Amino acid sequence: MSIRHGLLALLERGQMYGYQLRAAFEESTGSTWPLNIGQVYTTLNRLERDGLVRSLPEHEGGQRPYEITDAGRADLALWFVTPISRNDRPRDELSIKLALALTTPGVDVRAVVQTQRGATMRTLQELTRLKYTSDRPEDLPWRLVLDAMMFQAEAEIRWLDHCETSLVRHRPAAPTARSGSPPEVVERADEEAHR
Amino acid sequence: MTGPDDGAVLELRDVHRTHGGGEAAVHALRGVSLTVRPGELVAVMGPSGSGKSTLLTLAGGLDRPTGGEVLVEGEALGTLDGRGLARLRRRRIGYVFQDLNLLGSLTAAENVALPLELDGVGVRQARRAALAALEEVGLGGLGARFPDQMSGGQQQRVAIARALVGERRLVLADEPTGALDSQTGEAVLHLLRRRVDAGAAGVLVTHEARHAGWADRVVFLRDGVMVDSTAPLAGVEHLLSGIGR
Repeated sequence: MSIRHGLLALLERGQMYGYQLRAAFEESTGSTWPLNIGQVYTTLNRLERDGLVRSLPEHEGGQRPYEITDAGRADLALWFVTPISRNDRPRDELSIKLALALTTPGVDVRAVVQTQRGATMRTLQELTRLKYTSDRPEDLPWRLVLDAMMFQAEAEIRWLDHCETSLVRHRPAAPTARSGSPPEVVERADEEAHR
Repeated sequence: MTGPDDGAVLELRDVHRTHGGGEAAVHALRGVSLTVRPGELVAVMGPSGSGKSTLLTLAGGLDRPTGGEVLVEGEALGTLDGRGLARLRRRRIGYVFQDLNLLGSLTAAENVALPLELDGVGVRQARRAALAALEEVGLGGLGARFPDQMSGGQQQRVAIARALVGERRLVLADEPTGALDSQTGEAVLHLLRRRVDAGAAGVLVTHEARHAGWADRVVFLRDGVMVDSTAPLAGVEHLLSGIGR
């Protein structure tokens, strides 16, 4: 998600100035995505340049509120109806790290997996504790953000379990025979299946 | 450390469990040590066959280890005879298993009161305690229903009430959310968590990371060996302040 659309969604509620937008953004993401005020103003400037928001006259206190334009509303509506593409998300550092660990001499890959799983499990414990302690009805948006993070952590742990199981069965191919499946790999997998 | 750990409700010391002998021996647990204190919920994770259910049956005195020892509130289970062990199980340990084992011919309240009555508690007193336990799990008013008149989630709550009734200080749960939907499963874990927060010690066996997330500490078993453990979870107040709440 872009900060752009986050700010547009907030302005759809009514006009706001920078500090209000920042506070509202953090509130609605359960403070899981801290913003600095510089990011807010840079984004507002770009939105204004693109005609999606317009700035209003300054208040007496020197605060300049912004409001959403019709073009901004259309952009926001489009964002809500468009699914997010996985290609827009950053590369997954963890999967690349494990792939490299497997092919880098001297790296204990199981230790890498276990260390990560312990850390991710801990994150999941912390998120669960936070969710368990936020049970007011007005906490629902925040709990749903926590749920998303919990499902991601859970998926990562499942994947790490899968990696660990695959490592048990893995026999590195001899340098001379890089293709095909060595027979002992199959036997080991059969043993696991029969246990 | 040689003497019993004073604060511990459950202690496993270098516990082994081997089935059969010779070439065909199956080593279900190979030297597992674990200490669980009051107010602590420990989750045991691992794939099928890793020994997690074996660990739980040994912790609950339902089976005896082939090596090492198990202590419940400082009492070594190996020193107890069958009757002593049965009494300790009834009085101090609550079990929540995936297979609920509710008796279909008894009402919810009678199911919950049964372990107390078996232990010699008077019928009225047992019934009062059972109704209080049903209230605790959100089933106040449903005590007169039979299991087949209740939903799966309600039946699971009855099983939890039965595990929590009385003064049990050790609660052992094996995949307690079974086939329940995620909301109902979460409610079950919430109940377990609440009892532990009130001072019990809990062990939760699960293969679901999401459920293990409710624990203070998570241990990972593989092939009967503890391969990893998360550090005890301290308060999360630092997280709350860290993210501005």
